[in-house]
Amino acid sequence: MNRNLVRTALCAGAFGLLALSAAACGSSEETTTATEAAAQVTDPKVEAVIADYRDYLERNADELVATTRPFVAAVVAGNLAEAKKLYAAPRIPYERIEPVADSFGALDPKIDARENDVAAGEFEGFHRIEKALWEEGTTDGMAPVAEQLQRDVEALAEKVKGVELAPVQIAEGANGLLGEVSASKITGEEERYSHVDLVDFEANVEGAEAAFEAVKPLLDENDPDLGAEIESHFRAVFNSLEPYRTEDGFVLYTELTKADTRKLAREIDVLAEELSQVPAAMATGG
Amino acid sequence: MPPNPEITRRRLLASAGVGAAAVGLAGGGFLAGHQLAEAGEEGTGAVAFYGEHQAGIDTAAQDRLHFAAFDLLSEDPAELRELLRAWTVAAAEASAGEMVGSVTEVPLAPPEDTGETVGLLPSRLTVTFGFGPSLFEKPGLGLAAKRPAALRPLPPLPGDELNPSESGGDICVQACSDDPQVAFHAIRNLARIGRGTVAMRWSQLGFGRTASTSRSQDTPRNLMGMKDGTANIRAEDGEAMERFVWAGGEAPAWMQGGTYMVTRRIRMLLEVWDRAPLRDQERTIGRHKYSGAPLGGTDEFEPLPLEEERNGHPTIPRDAHVRLASASENGGARILRRGYSFTDGVDESLGELEAGLFFISFQRDPGQFVAIQQRLGSMDALNEYIKHVGSALFAVPPGAEPGGFVGERLFA
Repeated sequence: MNRNLVRTALCAGAFGLLALSAAACGSSEETTTATEAAAQVTDPKVEAVIADYRDYLERNADELVATTRPFVAAVVAGNLAEAKKLYAAPRIPYERIEPVADSFGALDPKIDARENDVAAGEFEGFHRIEKALWEEGTTDGMAPVAEQLQRDVEALAEKVKGVELAPVQIAEGANGLLGEVSASKITGEEERYSHVDLVDFEANVEGAEAAFEAVKPLLDENDPDLGAEIESHFRAVFNSLEPYRTEDGFVLYTELTKADTRKLAREIDVLAEELSQVPAAMATGG
Repeated sequence: MPPNPEITRRRLLASAGVGAAAVGLAGGGFLAGHQLAEAGEEGTGAVAFYGEHQAGIDTAAQDRLHFAAFDLLSEDPAELRELLRAWTVAAAEASAGEMVGSVTEVPLAPPEDTGETVGLLPSRLTVTFGFGPSLFEKPGLGLAAKRPAALRPLPPLPGDELNPSESGGDICVQACSDDPQVAFHAIRNLARIGRGTVAMRWSQLGFGRTASTSRSQDTPRNLMGMKDGTANIRAEDGEAMERFVWAGGEAPAWMQGGTYMVTRRIRMLLEVWDRAPLRDQERTIGRHKYSGAPLGGTDEFEPLPLEEERNGHPTIPRDAHVRLASASENGGARILRRGYSFTDGVDESLGELEAGLFFISFQRDPGQFVAIQQRLGSMDALNEYIKHVGSALFAVPPGAEPGGFVGERLFA
């Protein structure tokens, strides 16, 4: 049950609870921007949270670059079968850190837009190639698109390394990742041609978990019960994916029944409802 | 063990100095000092939630319905009790026109109440809870011995074309109100509070009441254009309510003062009905369409002339709906009807209106409904124009008191 609908009232009764920032509770309307928050950081605990998550971001940014490279090479070489096999691997690190990528404006649509997300003629990136490989059954004309993709993910990796972070923003990113699952992965709208949406689904949840675990020390100071509940809900979500796992990934989205998607959606909703309580509940500054 | 939500709410309200739900908030923002909407001429239209019986049964039927059946996800009795406790508090708050939960504007936190009734009056909201037979079959809950003998799943009935995913349910919530947004808000917020413990199985929105449960109400028309509910039990008929609706000594202690609810989603084949001649429509039902009077009569509330014949034929045809449903044809059995019209868009395979009557009845023993429906299902002229596509049965516990919760005595 979502007992945590009453936890937000913790802010109203924040007396004696440490370090709930003015932005988290009470009358101030503006949320702290990342830069402002970064300027406020002197607390070693907060620095540790940020360092922890930055490390995760950088590892995945590197993995994104490293796994995009062979995929691009296969496309450029005109090797259709190989390209299809290598498509899923870079999707994983991308979907783990997607909200951060999103914050870089133009790069996310260039890398990850679906056809109807952008104006005609601006469709490029992973899904343009995906469409060619699966719907058109060819790599023809995709070499320049693939090479541009390589440049774009490398640019993204650079930007990720310099990104400003604050605990509340990291927690909100976790929520954003689960929102991604609800909006497009659970509906099969993300990977329209390859149908590897469950790969993205798992990656989004992994990313949310990493962000959550990074800020958990701050949450535990105020509400260890919430943290423990969220962890058990993460386990439930990963367990619910198990029946669909295969040797080299997951069953295709098109193989799921309505009963399957309903069950998965339910688990995500329960987790997301709990996770949405975190930004307000955690200590964000010294 | 997480804190009991009710205690947490009281403690925090006290410590933060926050007053009653929608007014007097600490901190700034729109909600601070925001009054409930101005009371209308009839007052705020708040129906008392707590009482001997649950509200929404003998309450004068409101115009709108939002109904939901839930599956219970956990077999932990403590979790179920906590859910019912939280739901009782939320339902009482909504019924009083208060926001659900704690009312603060915290930028980083999702609001507790979803907000679409801010500024709306209670609009006679009632929230009524019921337990399905399947709830008592869950081994982990240990409630098998408490199941009322009367709560047997409905048997297959003639003419049934039931869709399992729109039937049944472990727990139901009936929200009725004159304002559709108020009814919707109640179910939506309860579903949210219940996330993780229950999952919505099916839900039904209803517009237009198809019964009167009070003498003060005119008989409404259903989507066939016929007056519906003329012979219904009225709340003012105390004797009939005691005899036919409220569970008495025959029920387990925890159910006394409760009742049983049957819901039937009845699809009307409106395209077919609409091309039937007036005479056929009237003979099918057994009443004149416009006056609502029995065939051959002039006044809606005349008794049905079931014995009468004209030219060797019964005035009210043998297969007319009102004859087959009448108490005298069913050994005196009567039920309290409280249904709503519905439309759910277009039938995908036929391109026809998916609309009809979401039938709801309350009776002391579901057997009363079963007996009537067995007759109707096999003989009713109306069957040419309707199909029962959904069905559910629930035990509706007696009312709760402040500090208690609906169904409390089930766990005693």
